[in-house]
Amino acid sequence: MPSRPPLSVTLAAAAGLLFLHLPLAFIFLYALTTEEKSYQFPPPGFTLKWFAVAWDRPDIWQALGLSLRVASVATALAIVLGTLAAAAMARYRFFGREAVSLLITLPIALPGIVTGIALRAALNLADIPFSFWTIVIGHATFCIVVVYNNAVARLRRTQGSLIEASMDLGADGFQTFRHVVLPQLGTALLAGGMLAFALSFDEVIVTTFTAGQQQTLPIWMFSELIRPRQRPVTNVVAVMVIAVTLIPILAAYYLTRDGEAVEGASK
Amino acid sequence: MSLAAPGAPTRDGPLRRLSDLFMRRPRLFLALLLTPPLLWLGVAYLGSLAALLAQSFFSIDEFSGLIVREFTLKTYGELLQPANFDIIVRTVVMAALVTLFGGVIAFPIAYFAARYARGRVKALFYLLIMLPLWSSYLVRVYAWKLILAKEGVITYIADHTGTRGLLDAWLSLPVVGGPSLSISYTGTFLVFLYLWLPFMILPIQASLERVPRSLIEAAGDLGADARKTFSTVIFPLALPGIVAGSIFTFALTLGDYITPQIVGSSTLFLGQAVYTQQGVAGNIPLAAAFSVVPIVIMGIYLTVAKRMGAFDAL
Repeated sequence: MPSRPPLSVTLAAAAGLLFLHLPLAFIFLYALTTEEKSYQFPPPGFTLKWFAVAWDRPDIWQALGLSLRVASVATALAIVLGTLAAAAMARYRFFGREAVSLLITLPIALPGIVTGIALRAALNLADIPFSFWTIVIGHATFCIVVVYNNAVARLRRTQGSLIEASMDLGADGFQTFRHVVLPQLGTALLAGGMLAFALSFDEVIVTTFTAGQQQTLPIWMFSELIRPRQRPVTNVVAVMVIAVTLIPILAAYYLTRDGEAVEGASK
Repeated sequence: MSLAAPGAPTRDGPLRRLSDLFMRRPRLFLALLLTPPLLWLGVAYLGSLAALLAQSFFSIDEFSGLIVREFTLKTYGELLQPANFDIIVRTVVMAALVTLFGGVIAFPIAYFAARYARGRVKALFYLLIMLPLWSSYLVRVYAWKLILAKEGVITYIADHTGTRGLLDAWLSLPVVGGPSLSISYTGTFLVFLYLWLPFMILPIQASLERVPRSLIEAAGDLGADARKTFSTVIFPLALPGIVAGSIFTFALTLGDYITPQIVGSSTLFLGQAVYTQQGVAGNIPLAAAFSVVPIVIMGIYLTVAKRMGAFDAL
């Protein structure tokens, strides 16, 4: 067992990681450029004025507001539904358990566009008009699994003997849940909730099918990318989106890092 | 129903009684737990998938543009028209290339993280691989539009390293070339590769972590050099991880319609075909039929992957 990696492996790994992270630096760089018509490199000059311009744009505020509201409601729904599913799956063996597990993971296992077009087809068949709630339904559906993954991983590591001890000492099911299960589950739910929030805040593929004319922040950005107006303003918004999604992701990581609870591979 | 058994501690209040009921009837409690999430997923998700499937068997009236709600296979027949079939082939080839190159780039990172990184370095590696996975998808595509633009950083680097000729030669090639990198298949390919790389790294790393040290030492003791150990012991054991990763890269490429729209030539990919058919064209049946294609392809892919043991590596 060699303790030192071969140079070629180190270089390939470093180059791969660089490829994974360097591109985002350009978003920051271009948010400060004075050139607004093209993506000229290197930027001819630097300015902070685009942050002020973005601040004064009502359409951005509206889109941001809608995104935050959708993400909050979708996350709340996902936490409730995901926790219930996790409690059932972690503690019980029953007929059809595999099928339930498949059903929970399906919304992220299938390509996002399938979920999107399926919801669109259902809305069309049932003659349901687009609204705030149609966006929320789509988001909550794929956010459930994120909460579920985190909660189920934590519940599996929680010792059943603790619950039995609590019951033996006279606590009823609700007291046990309140004083024994919830404190252990808390950070996992918080982490799952934050990841779900980040996922929903950033989602565009399913949203385009369920939003109609409404603009969430990613949809606003998408339309700016197709038909650019003030390119640096888009960059300012992009920087903001990075910040809003990065903070909950990092927080979720620190909340669950002592276990394998953050199910990164299954987004 | 009387709940207080003789000799049992007194249980008062409706909550306590409810709690006792759940203790005696775990199945009832299980049903209560499972009903809300199953109801949600069953109605909102499975219901929608059923609606999608149903729509794909409808057709559109060519004169009125209205959807005819009668069973027909006509819409699926349209998929075989050359223009539509080209879209499917183009997307599958792109997905295969992205998967192949993704595996090549991901392996060294996963290998380093699994075998050499320890403690803090390992945590850092994990974070560096996971962060892009969760951070904004759209922003990450956008970053490449900046980089690949004709006046952007790649052209700048090519100009200053004397490789401009090489870049222009590549862009003048048929199929992979175009007016600039951001308007070519090469650009689309690079962005897909970048976007899905973490999905490839994580399962490979997981499978490499599970290769027992003793096996590698045994191979060495039996006279295998590093290369031979790698090709006969490590790589075969990592294969399920690679297949698992390829499920993600393949599926994600098949369904993406945003990336080729922002970075790429004007020809359509599968996801874009679905998007245009349901949106501008208003032809939901054809969009539905198009979206059944990735489901079928992934169904076949998953069946093969399962045989290769990829699910144990997830």
